[in-house]
Amino acid sequence: MRTLRTAATAALIASLAACGGATSGAGEESEPSAGPKGTVNLAINPWVGYEANAAVIAHLLEKELGYTVEKKELKEEIAWQGFETGEVDAIVENWGHADLKKTYIEQKKVAVDVGPTGNKGTIGWYVPQWMVDEHPDITDWNNLNKYAALFKTSESKGKGQFLAGDPSFVTNDAALVKNLKLDYTVVYSGSEAAIIKAAQQASAQKKPLLFYFYEPQWLFAKEKYVRVKLPAYKTGCDADPKKVACDYPDYVLDKIASKKFADANSTAYQLIKNFTWTNDDQNLVSDYITNQGMTPEKAAEKWAAEHEATWKPWIR
Amino acid sequence: MTATVPPPALRSGRVTPTAGEVAAVGRRRRPWRRLWAVVLGVVTVAAYVVFRTEGATEDGDAAAFRFFDGVRDWVDANRDSSPVFLYGINYVRLGVRLLVDAVQAALSGLGFAGLVAAITGLGVVLAGWRTGLLALGGFLAFAVLGLWEQSVDTLVLTVSAVLLSVAIGVPLGVLAARVRWVGAALRPVLDVMQILPTFAYLAPMTLLFLIGEPAAVIATMIYAVPATIRITALGIGEVSPSAVEAATALGSTRWQLLRKVRLPMARPTIVLAVNQTIMLALSMVVITALIDAPGLGQNIVSALQRVNVGAAFDAGLAIVILAVVLDRITTNAARRVRRSLSIRGGIGVGIAVVAAAFIPLGSADLPAYSFAAPVNDAVGWIELHWYDVTEGLKNGISAGVLDPLETVLVTSPWWLFVAAVAAFGTLISGWRAAAVAAPAAAGLAGLGLWQHSMQTLATVLVAIVLTMLIGVATGVVCARHDRLATALRPVLDAAQTMPSFVYLLPAVALFGASRFTAIVAAVIFAVPPVVRLVERGLRDVPPAVVEAARSAGSTPRQLLWKVQLPMARGGLLLAANQGIVMVLAMVVVGGLVGAGALGYDVVAGFSQRELFGQGLAAGLAIVLLGIVLDRLTQGFHDSKGPRR
Repeated sequence: MRTLRTAATAALIASLAACGGATSGAGEESEPSAGPKGTVNLAINPWVGYEANAAVIAHLLEKELGYTVEKKELKEEIAWQGFETGEVDAIVENWGHADLKKTYIEQKKVAVDVGPTGNKGTIGWYVPQWMVDEHPDITDWNNLNKYAALFKTSESKGKGQFLAGDPSFVTNDAALVKNLKLDYTVVYSGSEAAIIKAAQQASAQKKPLLFYFYEPQWLFAKEKYVRVKLPAYKTGCDADPKKVACDYPDYVLDKIASKKFADANSTAYQLIKNFTWTNDDQNLVSDYITNQGMTPEKAAEKWAAEHEATWKPWIR
Repeated sequence: MTATVPPPALRSGRVTPTAGEVAAVGRRRRPWRRLWAVVLGVVTVAAYVVFRTEGATEDGDAAAFRFFDGVRDWVDANRDSSPVFLYGINYVRLGVRLLVDAVQAALSGLGFAGLVAAITGLGVVLAGWRTGLLALGGFLAFAVLGLWEQSVDTLVLTVSAVLLSVAIGVPLGVLAARVRWVGAALRPVLDVMQILPTFAYLAPMTLLFLIGEPAAVIATMIYAVPATIRITALGIGEVSPSAVEAATALGSTRWQLLRKVRLPMARPTIVLAVNQTIMLALSMVVITALIDAPGLGQNIVSALQRVNVGAAFDAGLAIVILAVVLDRITTNAARRVRRSLSIRGGIGVGIAVVAAAFIPLGSADLPAYSFAAPVNDAVGWIELHWYDVTEGLKNGISAGVLDPLETVLVTSPWWLFVAAVAAFGTLISGWRAAAVAAPAAAGLAGLGLWQHSMQTLATVLVAIVLTMLIGVATGVVCARHDRLATALRPVLDAAQTMPSFVYLLPAVALFGASRFTAIVAAVIFAVPPVVRLVERGLRDVPPAVVEAARSAGSTPRQLLWKVQLPMARGGLLLAANQGIVMVLAMVVVGGLVGAGALGYDVVAGFSQRELFGQGLAAGLAIVLLGIVLDRLTQGFHDSKGPRR
């Protein structure tokens, strides 16, 4: 395959040199080249829940429909860029991202929304279970200032520490702390791995921790964390990012596909469009991957074998 | 067995001064300098007390950020229409894609047994039997770890990037050594390329070359090619003038001179340049996993997501093995290069490789072993039981050293900082260095990242001090105990080549998401070259001098403090300079584990579209910090004044 492609690329360079320049997609495998039905390029965003969706879809595409699946490990922003160049066909768990939808779906018209995954996403502020056992009223934001001293660390400049998440996630934390007049400093953990590790230590060492987290998330299969109630979300209360003073909304997670892929309307596209499942389904596959040490492929195979009734309708 | 030479050790071709030179410089020191230093210190402190500010906050909307965002939008809009792309950048991308595919076809065409035989043969022919056996064991280990395909992918990217670097870097290095203005023009460019954090140019790379292997190879080349150019230039520049003279007298043309005299005589150094290029490329190839480059980096990144340190360790170990194998082959090849290679041996090995390629042995036929479970157990135990001690250490250093330093830096008005840089720069390194350092410091304010820059500077300074303390102490002990030095060498090799991602998670568990975790990661990364340079500096002290001091009745302590350390001053200062560069390279990694400030800005700019401009600006700010620190300390290294 590779040598063939090398020759093809060489020929392409020669022909392009003869007549005009090279476009950005030149030389990449845009033509169906492997498998009887062609290749589907799935973006893999960096969290396990996403990987669970992608693993099951990839498994069904390959084993049931005979496609070849190319998985591309990309951060969210970069995956969206891939729609434009044809390097990404589908994103299978998208959290909001109104700005990206505006750029790529409305303005550039290179992507389309292909409906919800069936998963409900929750973003919020969490504390470990043992803190709630000791201080039952800590789950109300009105009491957070009372407990600020508990959360003091070397990084929090004398106030309580709020640990923020991966920079690619949707966040309003700094504005929330300011607008709710909380006596806290936002410390940026900088990566998802760092925040999970901090949460694990908070349970294991019984260390106070107030942190940004989300569900569905595989860590909840192992440890208990409780969401702190912020002022309830109302439509539009997060319109101005600087004035947000309400909790995060519930997210209806959805799937995005490139316009080209959608227009071709292949059986692969139909499968991705029909794919919907529950948070429990996803948590189960995530648990196989993280806590039981299976590869995503193995985990998807096991889930598919056990849940035929769920996925059969997707490939009508 | 040689140690990996610290990558930037030969950054500007600075050579450790001999003991005699150092002593002479020491004598030439003028007494008024000390007076000036005291006066300046008092003035600075007074000015700080008078003009201290509250510390401005960043509003995230500086002109510089908007400018970079504008550039990004233009590229996005014109990728398939502007001639710059149609006839330039897209062809570069196509060409690199062709190269990667060709290398891939060659390496995977050999098959498992063929490739193992080829690397072993290469080791035997170029570097001798022992290295050949090391290569054999190393490559078999990839299969045992179950990471054969990923290792080959990593090798493909590394080889592609190294081929490009050599093709571009060696001619440029020759030019830089022979043509004065080329050398002068290249130097600042190479400085920036080496300090610019890798994360900062990953995002622009994907903008220009899209995601995938070509962008990864080009990013890797940008990181590695400065070493190729600098060391090649050093080698060409060091060719003995008498040989050139003789050849000229015999009537050689300039072209003959280059081909028959300069290049062959500089060959060992050029092989060293290739060695350093390979080492740098390997460390970068891991990071390019973030833009979908295949290979071991992918394993490490996905292991991180699952908080599975053991799985990341396996992949990290494979990288260390690959680095050690390639390092030993090239360094030993450099040493043997003057001996002509046996042609018959080469043919024999060639036949063996072709024969091996037909052996139907797959990588899956070897017994498998993974360190994941034992490593996870060990790390879990450490995380559970060491926490109280490490927490105390973190809190102590943060409250006692880091916080006060940060407060002073953040609350200084920017003009006072710039003035202090200019004044102390002139005093230590001469007005020329100060004329570069002061505008660089002012540039930090111009980028709209003053506060973050000062926070990062505080963390970096503490990391540098810790690196020097640990590095010098270890180096001194190593220089005195041969056996310990030998035992420590593989540990240092591993610390330097093990991707930092692997040990970040245990560090976070022990020290929390904090600036101190970033400091720990930076110290682990920066200590090995410091140890090596210090050890070499001490061992280079002439034995006659040591003997003389001993017979004059010096105690071991006096010998160290009064004779060895002062005479090894050059090596120590070079070590400090290298320490600074290495610590700066880790600033962005610190952003991943809670250090915030510039490192986090870069990481965020890489992940969020609206923050692209700010991320790029933060990357530049790190370069400016590097320039300030480098210029301020170069005077310590070379007290005669500016080195350029």
